[in-house]
Amino acid sequence: MVFGRSEPGEPPLVTTKILIAGGFGVGKTTMVGSISEIRPLRTEEPLTDRGVGVDDVSGVERKSTTTVAMDFGRITLTDRLVLYLFGTPGQERFWFMWDELALGALGAVVIADTRRLTDSFPSIDYFERRGTPFVVAVNCFDGAERHRAEDIAIALDLDPGVPVLLCDVRQRESSKEVLISLVEHVLSWSETEPGPAGAAAPAG
Amino acid sequence: MSPTEGPEPGERPGADGSAWFDDDAGPVVRPYALTGGRTHYDGGDFDLVALIVTRDAADAGEPDRPGPLVPHVTGPPNRWAPDPEHEMILELCRSPLSVVEVASELELPLGVVRVLLGDLLDRSLILVRRPAPVAQFPSERVLKEVIDGIRAL
Repeated sequence: MVFGRSEPGEPPLVTTKILIAGGFGVGKTTMVGSISEIRPLRTEEPLTDRGVGVDDVSGVERKSTTTVAMDFGRITLTDRLVLYLFGTPGQERFWFMWDELALGALGAVVIADTRRLTDSFPSIDYFERRGTPFVVAVNCFDGAERHRAEDIAIALDLDPGVPVLLCDVRQRESSKEVLISLVEHVLSWSETEPGPAGAAAPAG
Repeated sequence: MSPTEGPEPGERPGADGSAWFDDDAGPVVRPYALTGGRTHYDGGDFDLVALIVTRDAADAGEPDRPGPLVPHVTGPPNRWAPDPEHEMILELCRSPLSVVEVASELELPLGVVRVLLGDLLDRSLILVRRPAPVAQFPSERVLKEVIDGIRAL
């Protein structure tokens, strides 16, 4: 038993989660789907901090809530350990959701497309600022020019030690390798970093 | 109230790596009718991956805290009439299920599901098994178990 908080007589279950981030259409859903069962999740937030008519409650004509639907996947690793993968909403205006997703997450995978590397900057910035360990998985699309991982690390201005992997997220084995690399990175990262992962880093 | 403007069944925009936003994600207003307009549960947060378990009927007979009544209920707590969605959650969670999975199964937004879960928790009809405390980083043992588990997939 790891956390020792379960009811007596019931099998202890541990849940953990990994975030799959990256730009729009980069392959987040594909990766979640290649390694787990995909299911849709809907959530919503009030728009009160967005300057959208906070006093206007006249009904549905004026939106006071924004809705996001995204994917998550479940992977049952052992009979007592379940891993959830969450694809992060790809647009900046949905970052309210990221904080909740990142809370307590084991780490993150940032999927990058070499044809649109800049799309992965916001995700990388977010996890760096938050102190969430992450790896960069370069999705090698058909027709995408191959680059060396070292060059991509330089182009993305990554901190030393952040793993960069070339992968094909359509392939289950490739997605597995990416996740394993992430958790191995987390293992080594947790030995060197003083603070707990998931703790609130200074917000930017 | 306008009719649903969400995507047609079988035409899910998420399949290509995108997500559904705003109107594409489906109607929001109507689900909150299920909660009597309540959008938050005041008793605390239900973590996305917290596990919900339906309590045994025997346990549930002795609530540890009665909890507030929902506004439209006038009888004593034991006369609380659950909505069909409450019943569905109790049925689903006979084996432990995470909050996100409950929301996904019920096809309801997370916020709505959290309110419904709050109703059930107030009446001691469910147990919540929280994931590891946020401040506590997963132990090396758990991380290694995750690695072994993924390898074995």
